[in-house]
Amino acid sequence: MTQPPDTAPTADNRTGAAPAGAAADHVVLATEEDLLSVRHALRTATLTVGFGIVDQTRVVTAASELARNAYIHGGGGVLTIEYPTRHGEKGLRLTIRDDGPGIPDLDQAFVDGFTTGAGLGHGLGGARRLMDEFEVRTAPGAGTTVIATRWLPQ
Amino acid sequence: MGSSMNEEAARKAVAGAVRGRAEAIADRWVQLQMQQAALDTGVSESELREEADTLVAALLTGLDSGLPVDHIVDAHAELNRAVTEFSLRRARQGASPTHTSLAVLALKEALLQAVQQDTQEGNELFAAALLINRLLDVAGALSFETYVEGREEIIRRQSRQLLEVSTPVVRLWHRVLGVPLIRTLDTGRTQVVMENLLQAIQDQEATVAIIDITGVPTVDTAVAQHLMQTVNAVRLMGADCIISGIRPPIAQTIVQLGIDLSTIMTRATLSDALTEAIKLTAGPPVQPHTVTTR
Amino acid sequence: MSSRSSGVPILRLGDVLITGLLNELDDKAALAFTDELTERIVADSARGVLIDISRLEIIDSFVARTLMELTTMARLLGARVIVAGMRTPVAITLVELGIELVGVKTALNAEQGMAALGWHQSPQPPEGAHRDSTA
Repeated sequence: MTQPPDTAPTADNRTGAAPAGAAADHVVLATEEDLLSVRHALRTATLTVGFGIVDQTRVVTAASELARNAYIHGGGGVLTIEYPTRHGEKGLRLTIRDDGPGIPDLDQAFVDGFTTGAGLGHGLGGARRLMDEFEVRTAPGAGTTVIATRWLPQ
Repeated sequence: MGSSMNEEAARKAVAGAVRGRAEAIADRWVQLQMQQAALDTGVSESELREEADTLVAALLTGLDSGLPVDHIVDAHAELNRAVTEFSLRRARQGASPTHTSLAVLALKEALLQAVQQDTQEGNELFAAALLINRLLDVAGALSFETYVEGREEIIRRQSRQLLEVSTPVVRLWHRVLGVPLIRTLDTGRTQVVMENLLQAIQDQEATVAIIDITGVPTVDTAVAQHLMQTVNAVRLMGADCIISGIRPPIAQTIVQLGIDLSTIMTRATLSDALTEAIKLTAGPPVQPHTVTTR
Repeated sequence: MSSRSSGVPILRLGDVLITGLLNELDDKAALAFTDELTERIVADSARGVLIDISRLEIIDSFVARTLMELTTMARLLGARVIVAGMRTPVAITLVELGIELVGVKTALNAEQGMAALGWHQSPQPPEGAHRDSTA
């Protein structure tokens, strides 16, 4: 099973199927209540991978920020949870996609304090600091996709 | 003579040999590795055997897949995983890189011997040998790469463990904690210090934390930022934070770099900081400590 | 403008209001809670507010902003706010996120928060009551 290069940030990352007992792979972000579902899904997912309490909190918080961004700026979206492995290391990958207006100036969006909606403007830059790998694909009018991974420390 | 025809025939021959003699191949491979292992400590025989069975089985499904020979090991998930795990196990158990490479070479030998059981014909054997080489050279490369990464991972883990023990949180006074920092403060260390310190604050209901930086050689912008992060986290918990051990040259650097530590309580020495901390804890919530001695 | 209640209980102890946030607070409820708390501060002439957050498993930038706004509004209405009991992982995550909770006073737990608001845990009746009895 080869992966198309655009879904695998590292060439030899393999994304496994959800382990037994894992949370739902997808959460649709259409209402404000869905933001709570995101937290629940991520809490379960971090437990499945075996993250410690600080890492659990990092991942759930990052997901909450990103989901809120997608909900407020992107007009809703979809969160996908995956369980990649990297040479025997386990990880958790979030992909949050919206079909909103996109981010015109990505560099500026990473600057703390930059905001165009509710919140503190720490969403993107802050979430990046909470994750090990962070990638944003966006273009004006083409929506925004954020892919963020945290690896389980061994 | 079409080489692809040749390759196809060779692939069939090799796959046939693996299918028919899987157990013998695994046995032979384990045996060859055991001979090599005289030089090395490492993996036990039962582990070798289990590993060999898994890898030989994966090799067969890989050969049966439609993948091109040079990509089977890379692209076939099961085989890729088997090779990766094989290499990681050696890295973790401290086997040498030589031993790890020799193990892959030994598999070539075991495979070729199995093919030899089916045919003695020179051309066919030659084609099979070429195919086995192409198939397993990728495994060799992948194995070596994984081995190196595995070793690096161990080094990272060990330095993290070293970090854990080198950042002790000590109780200096009733509700006063101290953390003596040594060497520099990078992101990883900051996380460890923060986690240990905050946990200790919560467990001991401390109201003041003193971070002593006497052992930190230089304070640049990054170190200052990490210090600020730690102080902020302590404050969020509801405790005060004092930084002590700022030597004159460090004070100079801080000013020259324009780093703003004005919101942080700082003291030159640990004892100054402790005096300040005791004053802070002398507030209403603390049980009065009796001073009268007779 | 809250069309529904936040469902967060607010208790009164003397001139201090005591309340706590739960994980399940969504954005609408958080806004409703802000309205309710500020109204109670005025109605009860509260001088202090203790917000216990020891049950909160995460604080994202929205909750952080709510806490800061509450503190500022309460101050405008003459009450001090103490946010008590932040969990260790939450504090670490907040600073990594880059959030500082400007102006928000914190306490390690509810007990210390109450002490900071002038309530002392002691066997004697607190404050004026003690003095009255000796008078």
